[in-house]
Amino acid sequence: MALKVTIDGREVDAERGELVIAVAERAGVYIPRFCYHPRMRSVGMCRMCIVNVDGGRGPALTAACIAEVSDGMRVDTRAPEVKKVQDGVLEFLLINHPLDCPVCDKGGECPLQDQTLRFGPGESRFVEEKRHFEKPIAISGLVLLDRERCILCDRCTRFSKEVAGDPLIHFVDRGNATQVNTFPDHPFASYFSGNVVQLCPVGALTAVTYRFAARPWDIERVESTCTSCSVGCRVAVESTTNHITRYQGLDSEPVNQGWLCDRGRFDFGWIDSEDRLTTPLLREGGELVEATWGEALETAARQLSDVVATHGPEAVGVIGGARLTNEDCYAWAKLAKSVLRTDNVDAQLGDGLPPEVVLGLPAATIAEACAASAVVLLGPDLKEELPVLFLRLRAAIGRGVPVVELTPSPTSLSPLVATSLVHRPGEAAALAAALVAPGDPTGEIAGVPPAAVAAARAALAGHDDRVVVVLGRPSLAESPDGTVAAAGALRSGLPGATFLPVLRRGNVRGALDLGLAPGLLPGRVTLDAGREWFAHHWGSVPEDRGLDTAAMLAAASEGRLHALVLLGADPLADFPDRQLARRALTSVGQLIAVDTFITESTRHATVVLPAAGYAEKEGTTTNLEGRVSRLGRKVVASGTSRADWIIAVELADRMGADLGFERPEDVWDEIERIAPAHAGATRALLEAPGRVDGVLVPATGDPAAGAATLAEVVARDPSAAAAPASVPDGSQGGVGVRVRGVLAPVAPASADGGDAPASDAPPEDAPASDAPPDTPARPPVLTWAAPASVQEPPPRDAYSLRLVSGRDLYDPLVVSVSRTPHLAGLARPAALGVNPFELERLGVDDGGTVLLTSARGAVAVTAVADPAVPRGTARLGFNLASPGAAELIDAAAAVTDVRLERP
Amino acid sequence: MTYTPVPPIVTARLGQYDDAHTLARAVETGAYGALRTALGQTPEAVMEQVKVAVLQGRGGAGFPAGNKWGLLPAGKFPRWLVVNGDESEPGTYKDRILMERDPHQLIEGALICAYAIRASQVFIYVRGEMALAQERIADALNDAYAAGYVGRRILGSDWSMDITLHWGAGAYIVGDETALLESLSGRRGMPRPKPPYFPAAIGLYDDPTIVNNVETLSNLPWIVEHGGEAFAALGSEKTNGTRMFAVSGHVKRPGTFEVGSGQVTFRDLFYDERLCGGIREDRKLKAFIPGGGSAPWFFEEHLDLPLDPTVVGPAGSMLGSGAIVVMDETTDMVRAAWRLVRFFAGESCGKCTPCREGVSWLQRIYERILAGHGRPEDLALLEDVGWGISPGPYPGAGVHPGDAAFPFPPRQTTICVLGPSAVAPVMSSLRRFRDEYLAYIAQATAPEATVA
Repeated sequence: MALKVTIDGREVDAERGELVIAVAERAGVYIPRFCYHPRMRSVGMCRMCIVNVDGGRGPALTAACIAEVSDGMRVDTRAPEVKKVQDGVLEFLLINHPLDCPVCDKGGECPLQDQTLRFGPGESRFVEEKRHFEKPIAISGLVLLDRERCILCDRCTRFSKEVAGDPLIHFVDRGNATQVNTFPDHPFASYFSGNVVQLCPVGALTAVTYRFAARPWDIERVESTCTSCSVGCRVAVESTTNHITRYQGLDSEPVNQGWLCDRGRFDFGWIDSEDRLTTPLLREGGELVEATWGEALETAARQLSDVVATHGPEAVGVIGGARLTNEDCYAWAKLAKSVLRTDNVDAQLGDGLPPEVVLGLPAATIAEACAASAVVLLGPDLKEELPVLFLRLRAAIGRGVPVVELTPSPTSLSPLVATSLVHRPGEAAALAAALVAPGDPTGEIAGVPPAAVAAARAALAGHDDRVVVVLGRPSLAESPDGTVAAAGALRSGLPGATFLPVLRRGNVRGALDLGLAPGLLPGRVTLDAGREWFAHHWGSVPEDRGLDTAAMLAAASEGRLHALVLLGADPLADFPDRQLARRALTSVGQLIAVDTFITESTRHATVVLPAAGYAEKEGTTTNLEGRVSRLGRKVVASGTSRADWIIAVELADRMGADLGFERPEDVWDEIERIAPAHAGATRALLEAPGRVDGVLVPATGDPAAGAATLAEVVARDPSAAAAPASVPDGSQGGVGVRVRGVLAPVAPASADGGDAPASDAPPEDAPASDAPPDTPARPPVLTWAAPASVQEPPPRDAYSLRLVSGRDLYDPLVVSVSRTPHLAGLARPAALGVNPFELERLGVDDGGTVLLTSARGAVAVTAVADPAVPRGTARLGFNLASPGAAELIDAAAAVTDVRLERP
Repeated sequence: MTYTPVPPIVTARLGQYDDAHTLARAVETGAYGALRTALGQTPEAVMEQVKVAVLQGRGGAGFPAGNKWGLLPAGKFPRWLVVNGDESEPGTYKDRILMERDPHQLIEGALICAYAIRASQVFIYVRGEMALAQERIADALNDAYAAGYVGRRILGSDWSMDITLHWGAGAYIVGDETALLESLSGRRGMPRPKPPYFPAAIGLYDDPTIVNNVETLSNLPWIVEHGGEAFAALGSEKTNGTRMFAVSGHVKRPGTFEVGSGQVTFRDLFYDERLCGGIREDRKLKAFIPGGGSAPWFFEEHLDLPLDPTVVGPAGSMLGSGAIVVMDETTDMVRAAWRLVRFFAGESCGKCTPCREGVSWLQRIYERILAGHGRPEDLALLEDVGWGISPGPYPGAGVHPGDAAFPFPPRQTTICVLGPSAVAPVMSSLRRFRDEYLAYIAQATAPEATVA
């Protein structure tokens, strides 16, 4: 219901339930505050926002962050009495504040400093000695706390407890001795600790990485997107004198809402690393030696051309792409598929899902998942792999969204969800089928008792159309087939359900969207559907569907694949089956690596080309929802390293082909023009001022998604209309049609808005306004096809444990962690989690060493008793500093069974 | 007004027997009889009796208990009854006497209330320092459970009720009902902002909750037994029943006294031989605090006011929780004010800025003045710091009758009334005894080295 509120004499519209401080801010009246934060519960503690509020019984001094508006309310923020209270509160806050602003990292961007100047009394009457505490104490490896500067606003403590769910910092003592601190021996070891540094309204909480690093007025910032995982949190990248100084979270309503995880916030040390590749390297006499770009490109182009000439295009493979920008991905897809004419291209390293599943299932956004009437979780431990998505879902659970989790071993969300069904590894499909089959089960399903299945069924019952399935890879120790089959069961059992694919790698979604996958072409079309269209635009496309990473590695190790390009990929560290990767990289004839560092895999390369890294190049990235947002360039690329798209252009040039790109903008314009799913996502839209949220592709008609607000953008910024525009075909509920080069906004079509963008109906021909008559039809984006029936996993013998393996947040084999000094030490030691029963049976103590043997190999590892892990199951982190699960996993097997023995 | 003793209600048993706290003595003198009567009626009928009685809360704010119960949202369960036994106001010890000396009366009262409001469970929160009260209530609960007065199917009826005893950790602020609820639910004891939500709507575990004072509930057995009308007939026109007052300080016979509500003046209380028996060594009265450490002070000219909240409030102070502190002519008023301010500074929970920073600032100014480093401008500073905590012309400074009424709750920039409580002794002493402050400042030896 709309209410009328008068603020400083001006009438303002407001909604019931809104807070006075928020309504005033919207009306342009800034009420000073310290403890209030729009993303957290109000506590009314600092008292800075006291104003005169008259709700009908006369004006009263009221905290504006607590008071909700009522109809006819009168608010006075300027009364002399209010001014005097503000003076008083600021004088109170400053009596114990050290005023060491000249040496404080916050000085210059400090809300206490700013509001003291704007609202404060100007001088203090306090003549006594201030309170003293030990100057900064480390409350974690990343965060320092100076309690003298603290004004006890409860922002950090509230965030940790309520938003992150890590209640590790608290108020201790009382009265004027109150301080924020940790409990002894319980450091602030939270994956989200950096957020409190950004939230702190004074310099009490500072980051180890930023301490005395820069002054705010010397900092330049650029808007960007975090790529440490695929959530795509919006960030501001800040630098001074060509060094990254910090990342700050930007508040994007549909994505990160201001928060970042610590890995995303602090993983910039590697950019400046002295170990970065600075020049190309060529293998000469068994050694990698420095070379010029000309020599290196010449050699790489010759090696690739020779292999194509001798063995055919299918003897070349390209692995990787998730580290790349969208523009890089497109350029490399074009190089591989039209110049090299190979379809052996895969951005995933055997740890994802088939691209047809990711792109074909009806899509859900993060916001839709968080507002769903029920959520089914079928994926990895989100806190470890996609931390900010964990925060979003945690908040949704707190608001009452019922979540049913299907997992082979307990995750960070298990204690929070309505129902957590811990099933036998590899048997998710049977459980998923039982969830949606008619009638409650009578017997155990995949190790889950029938009563638990019935409880989960009850949680899902009745909201078929608003169920969101969060779908990822629950374990790297099993093949994706079981997960795909489970998704198929949910898709057919819950016809209205939508799916949020949760793949981990930074721009993996962009890479898949832009064709870095076998059988796909840019814009979410299949090779077959897009063959004519892309042959028209590119000249040629591969004949047959190519190999995925596992198949490429197998082919290389068997001598069928002779040249391999690694695009920021490190299969030796990152592929689930390390033995296969080792065989492949030592067998393949030509290995061309495009990377930022010498890694385990690039050591085997014949040519190494140094690539520009994060914050060193411009472009765009696509998050797991399919949301495209911009990356900013803030520092100069290391040495002579170049953006990956430039490398693609140069290689093509040396093979006699012109990709047609001179700037990254050229690449995006071609994507927008040619890639069917990306039609309408123009640069004008992406670059529109204030578009923090990016653009969800394809245009769905959902205003929150971005594209549907094109009309608004055009209305606000007429120059947008003059920008290159698109021809979305009629079947897509497009947002604009190009009529002789002029963009005419049209109302978003509603027919299939929000669902899979392309209906099953054959696409209509593109409007033929300015297209030559022989242009082929724009192909439809691919849709979900039910998977072929999947083999049941083999029975487990009674002496074996079935392995579950996932990644830790601080994955020590990823360069952005291992080469960032402040993160490298945070990796957890390797430990095998098993039910205490298994250890007792073996006679091994909790914390003792066990030998783990699979059909592939054996590792010795510390075993930790974990009663939450079911009997018959064992959990081992995937990438751990010591030999981990990758030594045990066979990429071709459905599941990984291991024997547990005394060493 | 001359003092006429009235038959006591809440101290009837403990005034007569030293073993009033035992179950045997309590039952012998009628305990749990009213509970049986209540269980024979509908909850609504019991509540109606309490409404008719107009039983004003004895914890300080004086809100009628029956009306408070009526604020519970209909049909919302679970709902809790919490007994506020965290009596901590400086000078107050009436609830302690009731808990130590007649715990069965409190338990019976709590059960009657729980029955009337259809509570799901009762919690008794007893102040951390009160070890004897803890033990006595614990013993009484054990005995009452064993005898079937508490627990399942009470007195053979089909009504069951559990009572949980909780021992506080020792914090004055937990006397505030919302801070008490935070503490009881396992969190740090800090008050919640209210409005928007009062405990009757969102209380313990965010469920509807009634918080009542020990003395308030101890009146219920009598009301059920004699009827609300009989209770309303006692006391003065505006305040019913009897009230306990705990007198401390410079009187000959300090202690607790139960008198007819509104029927006794301060002069009666201090000077009547049957009550306090006069000021010690027959000295002159200098000032007295009529309602606990938080109340503005009264003086000689207020002696003939009746102990009636509706009179004391308009006269510029409050009757609060019934704690009266008497100061004779030998009292150093600057030190007296400092002692109270120091208490409040130490007990501030640290949640909101004006209380956390302002009250300790007041304390330090006092300590500087007392140490001989006062400055003339400190008097204005004390007043202005006080204004920052409790803004406005401070009405209840108790200079003389005719001062504006003392509003309750006072005007405040803080979340709860602890901050303004610390301002009361500052304003009262500063206005009435300015000369004593000036004397300290005149004696000041040297200005203190300033460290800003």
